[in-house]
Amino acid sequence: MTGIPLECKVRNMDIKSLKKITDYIWEMPAEGEMRVPGRIFASEALVEELDDNVVKQIRNVACLPGIQMASIAMPDAHWGYGFPIGGVGAFDPNEGGIISMGGIGFDISCGVRTMRTGMTREDIQPHLEKLSDRLFAVVPAGLGSEGKIRLNEQQIDDVLSGGARWAVSKGYGLKEDLMYIEEGGVMSGADPSNVSSIAKQRQFREVGTLGSGNHYLEIQYVEEVYDEHIAAVYGLYKDEVVVSVHCGSRALGHQIGTDYLKTLAEASRKYNIAISDRELVCAPIDSPEGRKYFSAVCAGINCALANRQVISHLVREAFSGVIPKARISMLYDVSHNTCKVEEHIVGNKTKRLYIHRKGSTRALGPGRKEIPEEYRSVGQPVLIGGTMGTCSYILAGTETGMAHAFGSACHGAGRALSRTQAKKKWRGDALLRDLAGKGIIIRAHSYSGAAEEAPGAYKDVTAVVEATHNAGLAKKVAMVKPMACIKG
Amino acid sequence: MVWKWTGQSMKTYETFEHRADIGIRGYGRGVEEAFENGAKAMFSVMVDINEVKAQESKEVSCDAPDMDYLFVEWLNNLLSTSHLSGMMFSSFKVEINGNQLKGSAWGEHIDKGRHKLMTEVKAATYSMLKVSEENDVYVAQCIVDV
Repeated sequence: MTGIPLECKVRNMDIKSLKKITDYIWEMPAEGEMRVPGRIFASEALVEELDDNVVKQIRNVACLPGIQMASIAMPDAHWGYGFPIGGVGAFDPNEGGIISMGGIGFDISCGVRTMRTGMTREDIQPHLEKLSDRLFAVVPAGLGSEGKIRLNEQQIDDVLSGGARWAVSKGYGLKEDLMYIEEGGVMSGADPSNVSSIAKQRQFREVGTLGSGNHYLEIQYVEEVYDEHIAAVYGLYKDEVVVSVHCGSRALGHQIGTDYLKTLAEASRKYNIAISDRELVCAPIDSPEGRKYFSAVCAGINCALANRQVISHLVREAFSGVIPKARISMLYDVSHNTCKVEEHIVGNKTKRLYIHRKGSTRALGPGRKEIPEEYRSVGQPVLIGGTMGTCSYILAGTETGMAHAFGSACHGAGRALSRTQAKKKWRGDALLRDLAGKGIIIRAHSYSGAAEEAPGAYKDVTAVVEATHNAGLAKKVAMVKPMACIKG
Repeated sequence: MVWKWTGQSMKTYETFEHRADIGIRGYGRGVEEAFENGAKAMFSVMVDINEVKAQESKEVSCDAPDMDYLFVEWLNNLLSTSHLSGMMFSSFKVEINGNQLKGSAWGEHIDKGRHKLMTEVKAATYSMLKVSEENDVYVAQCIVDV
C-alpha cells in the first residue's frame, strides 16, 4: 500500500545540513522555493534531538508568500500541524503576506496567566490540602465538565467582543487585572459574526473551564531568583507563592479552527497559493477570507482571555474561603497560540506585520508600548509552563529577541514521548503517589490523562529555558516549583 | 505492507503513535465501513467505548471536495455533535454519495460515574490524513489534536 504513512516515523535531523551562526542560532539556507532562510534557536543537544519533520515544517513555512526575515523555530520546537509547535512566522500584507491556520492552531490563544498571592510558602503549606480540594471543587476541569456560567448566543457575542473586559464587567475579577493582560484584556479586531453558531453554542457552558490534556492550574513557589532587579519590578521574591493557569479558548476556539480549516482550504485553491502541506491552508491577509479568519481568531483570543479571567475569579474565591488574608494580584497573562499585528523593524524599515506564534510565547523587549507601564523598562514577562512535578520559569523579553525573532520565546518543555508511550511507561495512580511523595499534591479527573502528562514524557524544560536565555530570546528572571496541581 | 481482510479476527480500528498527539485509523471492506471504524477509533481516545451503550442516535451530514477531506469533516461533525449533546458515541453508520456523507452515531449521555473519560479530542486534522484501498481493504486515518 504505497503512499500511506503507516506510522509516524521520527528520525532525528542531520545537524550537518545547518549552518551554525552562534552556539544557539542555527540557520537553514534559503534553497529552492524558500523565500527566507530557516532559523532554529537551540543548543546543539536540542538541535540533535529535533526530528526531521520539524525541519520539513520550518522549510515549508519559509516558502509561504510575504514571509519576513526567517522561518523561526524555538528551542522547544516539535512536530506540529503545518508550522512546527514552537514556530514563528511574520507576514507582510503589503507583500502578499498570508494568514495560516497552521501558524495558530486549534487551541486559539492557549496561554499562561500567573498571579501573585502575597503569601510565602510557609504561610500556604499548612492549608495546602484544603486549598487544593477547594480549587479542584470550584474550577471545572476535564472532559465533559461544565462551567457555572450559562450563556446564550447574544451573551457569547459580548464575550467574543469584550474578552477579559467582559468578564470584569460581569464581576469576575478586578479592573486592575486588565492592565496586566496582553492588549489590556481585549483584542480590538474581533467580529463575532464571523464565528459560526455551532462554535458559539459549544461555548454556552464552557466559560471558566480548564479543559484537559496539558492544561492545568498550579500553586507554585519561587524557588530561585536569577535577576533581582527584574524580579522586584515584577513583584517576585524568593519563597513567594504564585498561582498559574494554563488553558485556552476551549471548544469555541477548536470549532473556529475546524470551521476555517475548510474555508482556508478553499481560499488556498482560489488564490492559487502553493502550499507543500495541506495543514498550511491559508488566505492572503488582504482578502475577504483572510480578514474574516483574522477577525474570528481575535474573537477566539477574547474567548480565551475571558476564560482565564473567570478562572482567576474562581481562584480568588477558593483562596478567600481557605486563606482570607491572601491578596491575589495579576503578574501577567500571555498567550502562545496567536496571530497578532505588531510593528517590527525588518532591514531598516518599520513594518506592520502579522506575527504567527504557534507554541511560542510573545516576548516583547524593553520600551515596547504594548507592555504595562510598570514593567516597560525591563521587558515583558514571559511565562513558561513546565510539566507537573518539575518547574516553570518566568523570563523577560529582550532587545535581542526583538531583533532576531520578532519578540518571541519558547512556550514549554515540548513532548519527548508520545501519549501512548507515556501511558505504557507510567500508571496514573502510581505517578500521583510518586509526586505526592515529593510533597506535590495532584488533583486529577483522569488517571490515564495524568499518565500522559507525566514529567518524564516531556523534554527537560530547564534545557529549553537555558537555550532560550543563552540565545538571548528572553532573560531568566525566576524559577517556580509546584506545590499543588489541578488537572483535567 | 499488504492488508488483507481476515474477517472477525482482524482489528477494525486502532490508534497509533504521534509524538504530541494521537493517530486514529479505521479499516473496512468499503470506504463507509472504514469511516465508521475511524470514528470508533477517535471516540476510543476519549472514552472506553465498550462501556458506551447505543441508546440514542444523532444524525450527521457533511460534504467535502474529496474523500480525505470528507473523513475529517465527518469526524469534526461528530465531535461538535458529541459536545453539544453531551453524548459519547460507540456505534456508527455511514452512507456516502459522491461528495456527500450522511451518517448516524449511536451512544448515550455522559455519565461520569460509569464512563471512564480520558482525553478530550480538540479536532481531527489534515496531518497524516489518508483514505485508501488495497486488496479490498479500505483504510481511513488521520491525527487528532488532543
